[in-house]
Amino acid sequence: MTSTRRAPARGGGTRTADRAPAPAAPESGGGQHSFVGTGTLVRLALRRDRLMVPIWLGVLFLLTIMSSLSVKDLFGSAASRDQLAGSAGATPATVAMYGPSWDVGTLGGLSTWKMNTMGTVLLGLVSIFVVTRHTRGDEEPGRLELIRAGVAGRYSALTAGVLVALLTNVVSIPLVALGLMAGSVGAGPSFGYALALALVGFVFTGLAALTAQLTESSRAANGIAAAVLAVAFLLRALGDTTSQISWLDWLSPLGWLVRFRAFAPQPHWWLLVPPVVALLALLVAGYLLAGRRDLGAGLLPARLGRPAASRLLSGPFGLAWRLHRGTLLGWSIGFAVLGAALGSVSNGLDDFAASKGVRDMLQALGGQQALVDSYLSFTMALAALVVAVYLVQSLLRMRGEETAYRAEPVLATPVGRLRWAASHVTVAVLGAAWLLVLMGLFAGLGRGGDDVGHQIGRLLGAALAQLPAALVLAGITIALIGLLPRWSVAAWGLLGLFVAIGQFGDLLKLDQRVRDVSPFTHTPTVLGGTVSATPLIVLSLVAIALAAIGLLGLRRRDIGAA
Amino acid sequence: MDNAISATGLVKQFGRTRALDGLDLHVATGEVHGFLGPNGAGKSTTIRVLLGLLRADEGTATLLSGDPWRDATTLHRRLAYVPGDVNLWPTLSGGEVIDLLGRLRGGLDPVRRKDLLDRFDLDPRKKARTYSKGNRQKVALVAALASDCELLILDEPTSGLDPLMEQVFADCIQAERKSGRTVLLSSHILSEVEALCDRVSIIRAGRTVETGTLAELRHLTRTSVTAELAGPGDGVAAIPGVYDLVAEGNRLTCEVDTVKLDELLRHLTSVGVRSLTSQPPTLEELFLRHYEQDEPAVTA
Ligand SMILES: Nc1ncnc2c1ncn2[C@@H]1O[C@H](COP(=O)(O)OP(=O)(O)OP(=O)(O)O)[C@@H](O)[C@H]1O
Ligand SMILES: [Mg+2]
Repeated sequence: MTSTRRAPARGGGTRTADRAPAPAAPESGGGQHSFVGTGTLVRLALRRDRLMVPIWLGVLFLLTIMSSLSVKDLFGSAASRDQLAGSAGATPATVAMYGPSWDVGTLGGLSTWKMNTMGTVLLGLVSIFVVTRHTRGDEEPGRLELIRAGVAGRYSALTAGVLVALLTNVVSIPLVALGLMAGSVGAGPSFGYALALALVGFVFTGLAALTAQLTESSRAANGIAAAVLAVAFLLRALGDTTSQISWLDWLSPLGWLVRFRAFAPQPHWWLLVPPVVALLALLVAGYLLAGRRDLGAGLLPARLGRPAASRLLSGPFGLAWRLHRGTLLGWSIGFAVLGAALGSVSNGLDDFAASKGVRDMLQALGGQQALVDSYLSFTMALAALVVAVYLVQSLLRMRGEETAYRAEPVLATPVGRLRWAASHVTVAVLGAAWLLVLMGLFAGLGRGGDDVGHQIGRLLGAALAQLPAALVLAGITIALIGLLPRWSVAAWGLLGLFVAIGQFGDLLKLDQRVRDVSPFTHTPTVLGGTVSATPLIVLSLVAIALAAIGLLGLRRRDIGAA
Repeated sequence: MDNAISATGLVKQFGRTRALDGLDLHVATGEVHGFLGPNGAGKSTTIRVLLGLLRADEGTATLLSGDPWRDATTLHRRLAYVPGDVNLWPTLSGGEVIDLLGRLRGGLDPVRRKDLLDRFDLDPRKKARTYSKGNRQKVALVAALASDCELLILDEPTSGLDPLMEQVFADCIQAERKSGRTVLLSSHILSEVEALCDRVSIIRAGRTVETGTLAELRHLTRTSVTAELAGPGDGVAAIPGVYDLVAEGNRLTCEVDTVKLDELLRHLTSVGVRSLTSQPPTLEELFLRHYEQDEPAVTA
């Protein structure tokens, strides 16, 4: 295998450009000593994660308990739940987002309905992050070299990362179950659901063990695994809303979860088997790859670059574009697929109108077109949240440049701080607008029909109307970077809060003043409504003001890691 | 204008760590100035203040007759910087980084770029992620040396370079000196400083403890003396500037500040000298003295 191996981080320089890799140490792949040191590494990993993992699990627990308590409170009677199942539970938008509403009539089914997506995203992401952090994340900067040079076997870091991630998921089982039982849901089904949810986390633990072997960068390893999570969601959403392709559900760990039906009279216990099989298969693949490659190398060997910079790479904007373009490309593909998929789902909505009850409800709501429009509006509001994730991620990269001391050499040239920051902000904001354009365009194409042009126009408008609310998150991130750099990751926390307000606001019957805290509450419904531009203008102004405050702060503060 | 860099009484506090504690630094235009001090003494912090990346809590700094904080962008046209920890964008090749940094500074000389790449034996096509530490250092050095500027600020530029490359670097700095550029060179390597620098400043715990030409500093070192006397050497201990005195009968050894050597010898000859050995002062000793007495940075 030809691959470039990271030269030792310390020690004498090499005379010529880096030498060819030394052959991997002759230790054989399978021996027991390949796992030596795993215990120490597990303890080290637990120590390093002692804040991050409890926070993720704490959020999951809070969501569960809030959900179950409010359901008990607000939908205590079976009649009220049935009514909800007939209205909100029957729309394709909510089914796409949360899963089928088969068991929404039960306390447990309603409490966990919205947990299907939120819970799998939380457990899936934390599993991915934990595994990557202790494998590729340590390998990339050369830290693992230090460890492997001591007494630690070839598979010790991978095993430690996997064990900690599995442990995280196992701990989630009693948390979720107790959270549900707090809302008077029976203990058996509660533990059943919690187990099925944790098994989804298991699958993504296995997946991350594999993706950590593929690329040299931990960012890319996380990205690939998170993209698979998104695809798993899409497969389930498509399968659940379009009867002709409902088999797509069976390909997705999220599909296994919703079809497990913990709160049905007869849960499908055998659906606990596929996640375990998937975990084992992914782990085998990951370990095989880990045993075959050199430390530091990916599956794809690093290629040589250009000997000189192109004309594009001549200033801060060129640099920012270069740094963001890979991520933006990944997101672009994701948005195009998401748009096309959700657009085409809207064509299958006729299925929903088939039953008499739903038809009556549709009439009350304003007909078939209104149903489609409300579904598409819901989809666009979802896109706003995802674009906000993109914005926060790409703006935090600016802070990442600073803490990695890569901003320093740029700021030691005539490039001022504002121009440096502007380069990242511009690329991020234009990138966000571009993603929404893709979303609208592909949703329109997916919707199709005789008047594609008209549909595209309408959906482009609806997509771009989501930008101002997402930009408020960009403003918040910039303000944090400028004023409280050490706390800039709090932008994720605020985004999570806004998402929770939007997702659980109706279930918790939150006060309108609380809902108004989230910028996403203020985005008007563009499709099938009369649009007022005022909220969009106000949101944009808030975003600009926050960004301006942040940039002023950045000009006045110290540049550096702390 | 005679000072390229002039800093007085710089103070910089990081939380409870006082990284700079009244630091002075004066670098004359056209000189190569060595900047020494033990780990954590505040060298990199001083350089970051001079680059306008950090704002000093107290004290004044002038860089190329401008204010390093207020006039940062205009001043940066006239200088090049090699950071202590060279961190490069992992997906860019070395050549791309060199060109980018050069262009940000207003362009670099392609002939010089090529010449430096050859001399440093650096392959510009490799992705920064795959460079070794020494090679990352070379990327930053080539980028700085290939651009045309008045002032070079180099923070431990030879860390990670092998001895051959250190020599190439030394040759480059000699050439820079001849062409009249000013260089601030932070370093831990004494031979490098002796070979290249006109003047040096030594700092410790955020304060300047010595500054001057190498000859002046040599003067500040101590000579060690061993003497066999005609009688007991009473009174030697009372001479100021004598340290570590050990007297056994008529034999004594001690250390003496080089400026007080004269006085000590006068006293010894008044007793009567049978034999005398003295060890000439070395800079090493001076540096070690400052390095050894190092205390952790003052915490408030
Ligand atoms: N951003 C920061 N936050 C907190 N403390 C800092 C920060 N930067 C530097 N320090 C502290 O300030 C002191 C001086 O650090 P500095 O990096 O300037 O030392 P140095 O002389 O360059 O050392 P070395 O020779 O190891 O490079 C150290 O105690 C260091 O821990
Ligand atoms: Mg330093």
